[in-house]
Amino acid sequence: MIPFAYSRPGGATEAVEAVTDDPGAVFLAGGTNLVDHMKLGVASPTTLVDVRAVVGAGIEELPGGGVRIGAGMTNSELAAHPVIRRRYPLLSSALLAGASGQLRNMATTGGNLLQRTRCVYFQDVTTPCNKREPGSGCSALEGHGRDNAVLGASDQCVATHPSDMAVALLALDAEVHVLGPAGERRVPLADFHRLPGAEPERDTVLEHGELITAVELPAPLTEARSAYRKVRERASYAFALVSVAALVRVRGERVVDARIAFGGVAHAPWRARRAEEVLRGRPVTETAFRVAAEAEFAEARTGRDNAFKVPLAVNTCAAVLRSLTGVNE
Amino acid sequence: MNGEVTGTVGTVGSGTRTGAIGAPMERLEGRAKVTGTAPYAYEHSFEGALYLHPVLSTVARGRVRSVDPARAEAVEGVRVVLTPWNAPRLARTDDREFTILQDDEVFFRGQFVAAVVADGPEIARQAADLVVVDYEAHDHEVDPSSPDRETYRPSADDTGVEPDTEQGDVEGELAAAMVRVDQTYRTPREYNNPMEPHTTVALWEGDPDRLTLYDSTQGVHVVRGTIAEVLGLDPELVRVVSPHVGGGFGSKGSAHAHNVLAALAARALPGRPVKFALTRRHMFSLVGYRPDTRQRIRMGAAEDGRLGVLVHDVMEATSRAKEYAEMSGACTRMMYAAPARRTTHRLTPLDVPIPFWMRAPGEAPGMFALETAMDELSYACGVDPIELRVRNEPERDPETGLPWSGRNLVECLRRGAERFGWRDRDPELRAHRDGDWWVGTGVASATYPRLTMPGSVAEIAHEQDGSYTVSIGAADLGTGTWTALTQIAADALGCDTASVRLRIGDTDLPSASVAGGSSGTSSWGSAVVAAARAFREEHGNEPAVGARSRAGTPENPDQERYALHSFGAHFAEVRVNADTGEVRVPRMLGVFSVGRIINPRTARSQFVGGMVMGLSMALHEEGVVDPRFGHVVNGDLAEYHVAANADVGLVEAEWLEESDPHVNALGAAGVGEIGIVGSAAAVVNAAFHATGRRVRELPLTPDRFLS
Repeated sequence: MIPFAYSRPGGATEAVEAVTDDPGAVFLAGGTNLVDHMKLGVASPTTLVDVRAVVGAGIEELPGGGVRIGAGMTNSELAAHPVIRRRYPLLSSALLAGASGQLRNMATTGGNLLQRTRCVYFQDVTTPCNKREPGSGCSALEGHGRDNAVLGASDQCVATHPSDMAVALLALDAEVHVLGPAGERRVPLADFHRLPGAEPERDTVLEHGELITAVELPAPLTEARSAYRKVRERASYAFALVSVAALVRVRGERVVDARIAFGGVAHAPWRARRAEEVLRGRPVTETAFRVAAEAEFAEARTGRDNAFKVPLAVNTCAAVLRSLTGVNE
Repeated sequence: MNGEVTGTVGTVGSGTRTGAIGAPMERLEGRAKVTGTAPYAYEHSFEGALYLHPVLSTVARGRVRSVDPARAEAVEGVRVVLTPWNAPRLARTDDREFTILQDDEVFFRGQFVAAVVADGPEIARQAADLVVVDYEAHDHEVDPSSPDRETYRPSADDTGVEPDTEQGDVEGELAAAMVRVDQTYRTPREYNNPMEPHTTVALWEGDPDRLTLYDSTQGVHVVRGTIAEVLGLDPELVRVVSPHVGGGFGSKGSAHAHNVLAALAARALPGRPVKFALTRRHMFSLVGYRPDTRQRIRMGAAEDGRLGVLVHDVMEATSRAKEYAEMSGACTRMMYAAPARRTTHRLTPLDVPIPFWMRAPGEAPGMFALETAMDELSYACGVDPIELRVRNEPERDPETGLPWSGRNLVECLRRGAERFGWRDRDPELRAHRDGDWWVGTGVASATYPRLTMPGSVAEIAHEQDGSYTVSIGAADLGTGTWTALTQIAADALGCDTASVRLRIGDTDLPSASVAGGSSGTSSWGSAVVAAARAFREEHGNEPAVGARSRAGTPENPDQERYALHSFGAHFAEVRVNADTGEVRVPRMLGVFSVGRIINPRTARSQFVGGMVMGLSMALHEEGVVDPRFGHVVNGDLAEYHVAANADVGLVEAEWLEESDPHVNALGAAGVGEIGIVGSAAAVVNAAFHATGRRVRELPLTPDRFLS
């Protein structure tokens, strides 16, 4: 832990400037992840720029039927909001599957997207970790690997993204609004989180000084049923071994449209485009669901401790689709 | 019954029977605790307090070449940086656990190698991060499963229990058996994790040297004894104060290294109180844990399930720094009526932190293995698991031949069976499905010795206002000692509980044994009863103001004449998700035979807490050691899982209405540990019934049930 300065800018632009101009500065929102990291020595910012008061903390309904969610809205508020519960129950259910009541009261929408991995080596400064200290090596590759990624990992990093909310948002085709030194931009959530590649220290495409101001959701998929299923060892307050967010639209015993995302399997929330493609037009059967899920994990790479994640993800995905379509096993 | 208990009449003491014993009295300190005014160790605040933060070794074996304190010392507010070279010297250095900063040796990763004392906790922590330690790292061994590890037989000195026993014709019975079970069961490293971390506030006053510790401990006199010896002080010059403790589960049952470190820092800075609270991560290397066990159980039985032979061979890890032996096989010596029995314990010394007591040390892992094996035998014989246990009920203690002071295992099993609905159970495996969940039920026995420790003394004084001050250096870990001893004293004196002023948790009070081995209520309560008797004998029923008497825990001749053990039966319903392998436990029931219950409210809390800890052991708990680094890599409560509220369904505990006349004057045995014993096996056995998959290694993570 090191001493740090704390500032409360008057507006979003001022906040962006404060961080942009100071390489040791970071944004602080709910602090549920960042403050832990400061205590552990994982993060050592010299300045915290508190953005809770300068980004929106409400929901705006948009003309086309979508919504814009203020980045400062807490997980609890978002999960309980009537518009979210009515139009995007998937998001509400994913939020409530995460963390604990106390944490959800503090954690924000923007902050949750920037939540860092729970890899035990990332959080332990006495061990090498490429994400924390680039070039030091990856301890998880040959170490305690139960939580390791099975898709899209690199030989530099096998960490997984821990968010539940982001998995649901990805299935809902969310878009992230960003304010940076060069102005505003919008990033589809599907392009927001990075795979580790050779730069595992970078979780997202954000540049230093860029601030998430809102998350936008398009109008809900009509006639779709949706569910978020989180598989974990204990019944609450645990990160997902595997989670599945799914929306599916069925007509005449066939899948018309499916949106599926996985949590706990990759460095980023994982959109299952391949499974979606396989499902489209297929009859709603257990076999079709399994074939689709297996297609998504065809290139999975597993180690000693995490091989179970592939059958677990396939089983869970098939079970969710079964329950959404009323298919019996 | 389940807690709805009417006050039973006390039978102790010479005065009026007030019936305080047996009444579900609320915790006397409950209001103070929930309003935040009950002082825990760290909350004792003082003018001019300083704060300590330690530096822990980052190698598992080796030598500290140098400690560079310069950057830490440069931080404003830092008072001293203690190193192996400048720390005050200790009088006794033969116990490595307490030999802190006396030399350059590193025995495990996470050992104290330096410490910073500063004006504030944040400053101390910041400066500790700036201390540069240079190591000469040596090869280390932390993995007990490597095949070529050396093992040795522990001495009986530490535990008071023989490591190996053999009775009857073991080999002959094994050869002759019609039905055999031969399986190995494993439990991982498990951590006590009390909510309140280990904390000490140490104040050294010079001329003459005096040390006061405000400590979170299960035994103030135990800590005083160790600290006085290590520092070379007369015990009378050391005071340990511990009025309230936020859980210990055994890990606060002795002094640990942090007490010594705080005392050293206080000695270096006389007159200034030094406050030291371990972080959760520190607790994974410095205050003990249950070592990993590998237990092979062999059973030979007749076709009807009657055991001819029981063999329990235990392999466990220990630390090279200091031996600790978890006596996991001891329960097999007395549990069932096999004519031939053998138990062995072997330790693998490793470069790991020092294990120590964790709730029901020995019995908890041992009965997990034995009671899972009994379930395997029941399926091998086709005999109902309850009936199997009844058929193997011994008339006397198989090991000593002594009569039981009160063995009511069968009654616990039968009452539990009735209450749980066991009769309707279909033993078929993987045959019951509720939606996506396989459903099963399981049973296991529990046992724990009825221990009374010698050496406690209670003093009773009559006060001006007519009340009685009852003093004994006992501990309340959140277990209910404040309340239970008050009830015992009231009945023993023949007064109401409002007239008793209890004083505990201070070495200025008469000596008390440790709150360990479920012996507290029996040991301290017996001393209180004896003191009350002495008081009435010496001062009558109308004592003068200032009248006082003392007495110690009396010797109990029945300890040699009877086998003193508590028993219990656990029942569990388990659901295993057919798709994901997630294990959930909607229902647990425990029925216990522990002699008389002093306070049904606090006793029930102990039983239920023990059962939940057993559930946690069954489903979640595992300290994962990375053999490359040598430490537990999931050392916090986000990654080391204990059961959360959502994991705990209906947990019910009840007990037999009984009193054991051979255990003590109260007829009451302890209740702290038996709840965890066997509860993990009941869960494992139910998971087998649900899925047909036998898991012999804890915890029951979802991947073990994936098809």
